[in-house]
Amino acid sequence: MKRIWRWLIPLAAVPVLALLAYGFRVSPRDIPSPLVGRPAPAFALDTLDGAPWSLEAHRGKVVVVNFWASWCYPACYEEAPVLERNWRGYRDRGVVVMGVDIQDKREAAQKFVGDLGLTFPVAQDPKGTVSVDYGVYGVPETFFVDRRGRIRMKHVGAVTDEVFRATVDGLLAEPASP
Amino acid sequence: MRAIALTVLATLVLLGAARQPAGAQSTKPVSEDTVHEVAAQLRCVVCQNLSVADSPSEMASQMRAIIRERLAAGESPAEIQRYFVDRYGEWILLSPPRRGFNLLVWLLPVAAVVVGLTATCALVWRWTHRPRRARPSPAAVDAAMSERIRREMERGS
Repeated sequence: MKRIWRWLIPLAAVPVLALLAYGFRVSPRDIPSPLVGRPAPAFALDTLDGAPWSLEAHRGKVVVVNFWASWCYPACYEEAPVLERNWRGYRDRGVVVMGVDIQDKREAAQKFVGDLGLTFPVAQDPKGTVSVDYGVYGVPETFFVDRRGRIRMKHVGAVTDEVFRATVDGLLAEPASP
Repeated sequence: MRAIALTVLATLVLLGAARQPAGAQSTKPVSEDTVHEVAAQLRCVVCQNLSVADSPSEMASQMRAIIRERLAAGESPAEIQRYFVDRYGEWILLSPPRRGFNLLVWLLPVAAVVVGLTATCALVWRWTHRPRRARPSPAAVDAAMSERIRREMERGS
């Protein structure tokens, strides 16, 4: 009986230690999105140029929806040139990049677009409805929508050339209709 | 007194009337208490350990506005909660729903208290009901020595 107790007490610490080891390795910011694999929520916004833009109008194309903000430094400043570069590279192959600016001032957004020389459409989400529809919890976050209108990948943090190319190439290789 | 009762009655009747669903497009008056109630159950996504109701962040205030709009459109608090869970996963809920694996979170503390209390009671019982051990036998002291001790003590006092 005594023997058992001598082992049982240190043994009881093992699950606690295991839980702590697991808890400290998992970033509380990495949350799997339940939206991956589901139809991308439809949205329609006016771009900074005043033109209407809707996701529906781009069905059949691979759409990269990027949530960003001018106050998101440095990640958004790092990825904007990547998005611009890849948009220029892929736009003739049926790929659209859409920037959704969240929790931001219009002037700051315009300055960001001007300073970084962005030419892809950018719109503000003044009420936050689009960001909540996409389950956005920070910037930057990027959603890759396939030609059938489903979210296939969510990338948290600055998008790199590798991530953009690998994901978009994969989606372009798929047949456009089921 | 009567006037107060009448006012209360009238308010209740009006509230009752307002609750009637009157077309999909109608907007209901939304009580801030209900907004708060829904928001308090949602985790503020840009904070650590804050609810949407308590967070001063812009994201949370936009979420409260969305809750208000959806309530005004006639959605129930449960439907709004489902909307957020659909987008953010169960992670968005401050208290995990009581089913499946999550039950562990709710049951483990209770189980731990029960086990702890049982163990404590068992130990206390054992300590208080310990069978008297045989005293170390005084045999080590021989008769002559104990006689001497007795004598010394008498003399000493």
